[in-house]
Amino acid sequence: MILDVAGLHKSFGDLEVLKGIDLKVAERELVFVIGPSGSGKSTLLRCCNRLEEPTSGSIRVEGVDIMAPGVDINAVRRRIGMVFQSFNLYPHLNALGNVTLALRKVLKKAKAEADDIGMRALVRVGLGDKAKAYPNELSGGQQQRVAIARALALEPSIMLFDEPTSALDPELVGGVLAVMRQMRESGMTMVVVSHEMRFARGAADRVVFMDQGRVLEEGPPEKIFNEPEHARIKEFIASLNG
Amino acid sequence: MGKFAQTFLNWEVMAQYAPKILEGFWVTVQLALAVVIAGIATGLVLALARSFRVKALNLLIVAFVDVLRAVPPLVLIIILYFALPTVGVRMSGFVSTWLALSAILASFAEEIFWAGMLAVPHGQWEAARSTGLSFLQAMRFVVLPQAVRITIPPLTNRTIAITKGTALGAVVAVGEILYQAQSAYSFSYNPSPLTLGAVAYLILFIPVVWFGRWVETRFAWKR
Ligand SMILES: Nc1ncnc2c1ncn2[C@@H]1O[C@H](COP(=O)(O)OP(=O)(O)O)[C@@H](O)[C@H]1O
Ligand SMILES: [Mg+2]
Repeated sequence: MILDVAGLHKSFGDLEVLKGIDLKVAERELVFVIGPSGSGKSTLLRCCNRLEEPTSGSIRVEGVDIMAPGVDINAVRRRIGMVFQSFNLYPHLNALGNVTLALRKVLKKAKAEADDIGMRALVRVGLGDKAKAYPNELSGGQQQRVAIARALALEPSIMLFDEPTSALDPELVGGVLAVMRQMRESGMTMVVVSHEMRFARGAADRVVFMDQGRVLEEGPPEKIFNEPEHARIKEFIASLNG
Repeated sequence: MGKFAQTFLNWEVMAQYAPKILEGFWVTVQLALAVVIAGIATGLVLALARSFRVKALNLLIVAFVDVLRAVPPLVLIIILYFALPTVGVRMSGFVSTWLALSAILASFAEEIFWAGMLAVPHGQWEAARSTGLSFLQAMRFVVLPQAVRITIPPLTNRTIAITKGTALGAVVAVGEILYQAQSAYSFSYNPSPLTLGAVAYLILFIPVVWFGRWVETRFAWKR
């Protein structure tokens, strides 16, 4: 297992947002997470690299208990790539600067080597020619691909995507999904929160449906999308298509 | 007109006291630079300390900053210079003016830096931390560079306003421009040295004001 979440609870004050989540993700697997807004999908992802502090439960990444006292969380985080809905590129750095910052400051690579790795990551997402461009000079789709390159450059063992295409104009979605599909084909382990059902049907090994802080049902995409056990899921999927 | 010129632009008097005014000019420059450096550096350190969000420490910082932003600079200078010696703490006029103005500039700078840090979207922290940067690295390489850009125009204006307060040093016998001009005036019974003093201030601060203007356009934030 690359990622093994067990009995995960998370509360914000009195509000219990995650009520006991179990989720296992094997190497090279692509797990798709869907569910209504507010069901806790983002919180789940953010607990996996402790951007949110879980209230209880255990999370293992590559076998390492990331909640253990004394764990080097920064070392754990660089093994977990994260892509955000709002890209969160650094506006004061150009594309290559965005991609190489952690290479230089966390992995302590020399500038030449970091630039070299950074360029290869940018080429992988199809933006080799935009290395010198600042985020405000890039389209939303290009920004998100730079954000993906920023995570990829650290050679993570798993990538978490939190609605990577939700903030994009429809015509820019395809480019980002193409990059994700290519990552999947090259064997990256991925957890994707998204409502791109067509992408899920084609690329996901497993779909997890979350509702009110619990996993309501999970299974292969055909099953969840076509004949889920819960009427709730049918309704939800109909609402997305309609 | 002749009388006016005789009174305010008396070349003889001006020529006689120009060296004194020049002496004052350099004292003002030194005092202003010392205030700018100490004030901004301290302000930045306070804002950074505040970012650790230690409750007791933050209450202390906020109290310090609010008091110093409320006190008129002259009052603070007079307390340092005239009142502290009664409890055995003695300092020169230069030091008391420097301390007072630095502390006040530090307080305004702290608030400006803090506002700048808060203005950086939370997602910047998250992106940085998710790639393994430590809190301090994220602060240093991601948040501060953005905060400083937001900060520079208001900080420049505030710095100019407070460094002009170096003239208050005249009250505690700091030999800066105003003090020299005033004492020349009282020796000569002619206000021309005051005119000369005003010109010295203009020569010193007009370029600074222009610099502030340039900085404001240069760092206008494009997204
Ligand atoms: N930092 C926070 N503080 C308080 N409540 C939060 C916080 N983050 C998320 N929540 C709440 O947790 C619930 C789940 O949020 P989220 O994980 O973002 O859901 P989803 O991503 O599925 O839409 C929502 O009710 C949201 O308001
Ligand atoms: Mg969400």
